Amino acid sequence: MFTQRRNLIFLFFGIIGLLFIGKLFFLQVVDDTYEKAADNNAIRKIIQIPFRGEVYDRFGKLIVYNTPVYDLYMIPLKAVVKDTNHFCQVFRVTREYFIKTTQRARAYSRVKPSLFLKHLSKEDFASVQDAMVDFPGFFFETNAFRTYQSRSFSNALGYVAEISPTALVDQKDDYYRQGDYVGISGIESFYEETLRGQRGVKYRMVNSNGVEKGDYKNGSLNINPISGNNLYTSIDLEIQEYADSLMQHKVGSVVAIEPSTGEILAMVSAPSYDASLLTGNNFSNYYQQLALDPMKPLLNRPPSAYYRPGSTFKLVQALVGQQLGFIGPGTVYSHAGAPVKCHVHGPVDLRGAIRVSCNPYFYHAFRKMIYDNTSGDTYERSATGLQRWADLVANFGFGRKLGVDLGNEKKGILPNVDYYNAVYKGEKSWKFSNIYSISIGEGEIVVSPLKMANLAAIIANRGWYIPPHVVKGVGLAKSIDPFYKTPVKVGVEAKYFNVVIDGMQDAVANGTVGPDGKIPDILMVGKTGTSQNQKGKDHSIFIAFAPRDNPKIAIAVFVENAGFGGSAAAPIASLVVEKYLKRKVDRKAVETKFLNMNYLPNAYGGIARKKLAIDSTKK
Amino acid sequence: MTDSNHIQGRLDWITVGFYVFFIGLGWLNIYSAVYSPDAPLSFSDPAFYDSNAGKQLVWIGTSLVLIVCILVIDFRFFESFALFIYLGLLLLLIAVPFLGVTINGSHSWFKFGSATIQPAEFAKTATALLLAKYLNDPLVNLSKFSYQWKAALIIGIPMVLIIGSNETGSALVFASFIILLYREGLPGTYPALFMGGIVLFVSALLVKAWVILLVLVLLTGLLVVFLPIYMQRDPKTYVLLSGAIAGIMTLALLVDWVVNNVLKEHQRNRIRVLIDPGFDPRGLGYQVTQSKIAIGSGGFWGKGFLGGTQTKFDFVPEQSTDMVFCTIGEEHGFIGVMLMILLFLGFLWRLMYLADSQRSRFARAYGYGLVGILFFHFLVNIGMTIGLMPIMGIPLPFFSYGGSSLWSFTILLFIFLKLDSHRSDMLSR
Repeated sequence: MFTQRRNLIFLFFGIIGLLFIGKLFFLQVVDDTYEKAADNNAIRKIIQIPFRGEVYDRFGKLIVYNTPVYDLYMIPLKAVVKDTNHFCQVFRVTREYFIKTTQRARAYSRVKPSLFLKHLSKEDFASVQDAMVDFPGFFFETNAFRTYQSRSFSNALGYVAEISPTALVDQKDDYYRQGDYVGISGIESFYEETLRGQRGVKYRMVNSNGVEKGDYKNGSLNINPISGNNLYTSIDLEIQEYADSLMQHKVGSVVAIEPSTGEILAMVSAPSYDASLLTGNNFSNYYQQLALDPMKPLLNRPPSAYYRPGSTFKLVQALVGQQLGFIGPGTVYSHAGAPVKCHVHGPVDLRGAIRVSCNPYFYHAFRKMIYDNTSGDTYERSATGLQRWADLVANFGFGRKLGVDLGNEKKGILPNVDYYNAVYKGEKSWKFSNIYSISIGEGEIVVSPLKMANLAAIIANRGWYIPPHVVKGVGLAKSIDPFYKTPVKVGVEAKYFNVVIDGMQDAVANGTVGPDGKIPDILMVGKTGTSQNQKGKDHSIFIAFAPRDNPKIAIAVFVENAGFGGSAAAPIASLVVEKYLKRKVDRKAVETKFLNMNYLPNAYGGIARKKLAIDSTKK
Repeated sequence: MTDSNHIQGRLDWITVGFYVFFIGLGWLNIYSAVYSPDAPLSFSDPAFYDSNAGKQLVWIGTSLVLIVCILVIDFRFFESFALFIYLGLLLLLIAVPFLGVTINGSHSWFKFGSATIQPAEFAKTATALLLAKYLNDPLVNLSKFSYQWKAALIIGIPMVLIIGSNETGSALVFASFIILLYREGLPGTYPALFMGGIVLFVSALLVKAWVILLVLVLLTGLLVVFLPIYMQRDPKTYVLLSGAIAGIMTLALLVDWVVNNVLKEHQRNRIRVLIDPGFDPRGLGYQVTQSKIAIGSGGFWGKGFLGGTQTKFDFVPEQSTDMVFCTIGEEHGFIGVMLMILLFLGFLWRLMYLADSQRSRFARAYGYGLVGILFFHFLVNIGMTIGLMPIMGIPLPFFSYGGSSLWSFTILLFIFLKLDSHRSDMLSR
């Protein structure tokens, strides 16, 4: 009786069993959201930040290193403070701070650690050690601060700060998390990936209360942190500091390069800032102050500031003119027929033109380069001539990046045919008479101090340069990108440099450079420049190298609003060169004079100073 | 009878094998659920016997004693004393509100020293025995209402008492006796109505009453159109049919009313969690959500024995008791749970086969009672861990941690095995 019902009952059981298996198949095999949810539940990823690489100067002197600091964390559930007054005394916090922070921590989580006190120094850390037994539920975690041995190199070095929200979104390899520190400018930014090292990761299992329960998979997935690589720079810290001291009370740049290697010996941007104040808790206050300063102390002027090269550009004109075959050492021009003014002197040859920095000479020479002694449509000839000229000048690094290993290098402007077509809105709408200002380094041409120091190096090398760089070795192997080992030829034959160097020698000896810019026992050759500035006093420029034979240092000095090139830039350059070559300066009077010289324009006291500061950067 | 000397020869060792296998596997799961990778406990450590795994070992040991006791008792005892056992349990159920203690919010436990016993767990066995004894009377015909209501009374009394002590889950287990009754001749209409009731009940939660009515009207329409093919077209059929339909509709409205007015808020929410998995994942849905995460994270092959992270670190509440299936799901993956489900179905099949080989209706009915109870636990327990059933405090037989549960299932099973071992001694009626 009813025996067939067994099968019906079992059929029902089987259907339920299959239903379960189906649902389980969906849960476990098809849908993977549960797997992720499980990892979020039970596995806590702990990031271990390694020490950032240190930075050394060319002689192995430490420039930047890390100082450990200690962050105090609390776990509200375990934290028992019997004597709040005692606690506040030990950690030097107010009662209000204690109550507020504890409440916030409790609101966040009773079982997860919350930051209680940031950045305790080693001394503070040591002093509270004995008291820690009285405060269960509080513990320290080590962190690190960038510490600066010298404050003279801040701009080129850059600084480290919390990653900005936009950078966080834009990052390529998804490495950074909110609150991570990252190099912001200079070499800290350029070498970020090698300086930062390899972050460590620990996977810890946690229970539902957030309490750690050991390593996940016995720690097989853990990665130990690897410290960042050290950077060995080519900076001569002594020279850097000396040049920096000379640039006090001035706005401008000093860039010194070793011509044979392209290594940057010193790079000063004035005014500068104290990088050590940009670490830790002061950051936001100090940063605000710097960012609003009209003198733009955060700007690294050598690769980023824009100036007209002024008369220093005549050196390029002399070289290019010879290479293109339009002028030679014997070419003589008088002042006649030139719209540009000059001092009273007779017709000069090329060497003499450089010595006295003759404007009409280079006007005529440039006219010849552009018009090529041909006849016909002046607009068409201007375009062909300018393009041929610009192609050669570009080899010197104008109008493009040199590739220096610093963040924020600016290209500058080398006006070519396309440029003027854009400015004058159309082809054949401009000719030589519109553009002749660039013959003497004025008008549309814009350079950075770094490019001019590189020009000095090119002339010192008689036709080539190695891309300027600050870091000469990375990590234990002290390796370096071959780009910074490979000479670049500028396309001007070595023989054409002789007359230019002769002219530069004359300029220093009995030309545009005054007595303060002469070093009695070193044969320095150089060229002054005065960069026109519609908004204030002209900028003083000087580029040079020394000694004349087998040059060891090429230098460019820009002093804003200091007027004529021979007045401020040349003496400062001569002091740096003397210091570098002799490791001492004998001309104490000159040294004292320029250490104390103040070229800060009065305008920096008022509202107008904002515009002036922009002038040096945007032109 | 002298055959009791050869009990081992007559015992169904296949069933015993299933039992031993389930108990062993169950213990390993409990061990894994309480295992802490930070501080694994060794067997020699006294603290081990304070953990669930250690305690379960004690429960397993005492279960063996129970088995021996059951096997040495005369097989006729269970039939003869069924009424006394049943009445005794009823007394305990009545006494529990006055003498019992509260554990996990249910006031249904007796405490003896450190051991706690839940009489509701044992009431199932007593009810199965009495029901089987009642059906043993050849005059009892379950197709007749006069017998049906008596059977219903046997099931109903302990059920009401258990609901009284706030153990709705345990009370619902008694619904499983419908399988026993069906096998013993209850008309198929009853389980059909029963299932229909469940469908109506769930629908009442899901949709508005008028939608249910509309669907029912449509179904009726279809029935009226197609019925004449199979049935005689006489007015009586139509009257009967319309009566049935009217009854169902009244039932639908009644269920809707019960769901929305009689059920308590937390009961409604438990069912709501089931229907809407996203409902309150941190609060009411927490257990289901975490349970599904644990099982789902096991993948195809599982994380390996002791390798689970969800079940180990207390993410799933009631891990070693009601939610022990999660550990299997997480550590042994789809392959493990599938094998387990198939094994359990095989076990049920074996029991049904044994029950049908009984010559006495008492033993057969009891066997089906056992199958029904085991299946109900299987259905609800696994169903709730994977979100197909509402959360109820119902353990997985032989797997879940807990003395009452293990003892009651052991007694339930071994009484049947004892009866089975004497099947040739019993009279077929």
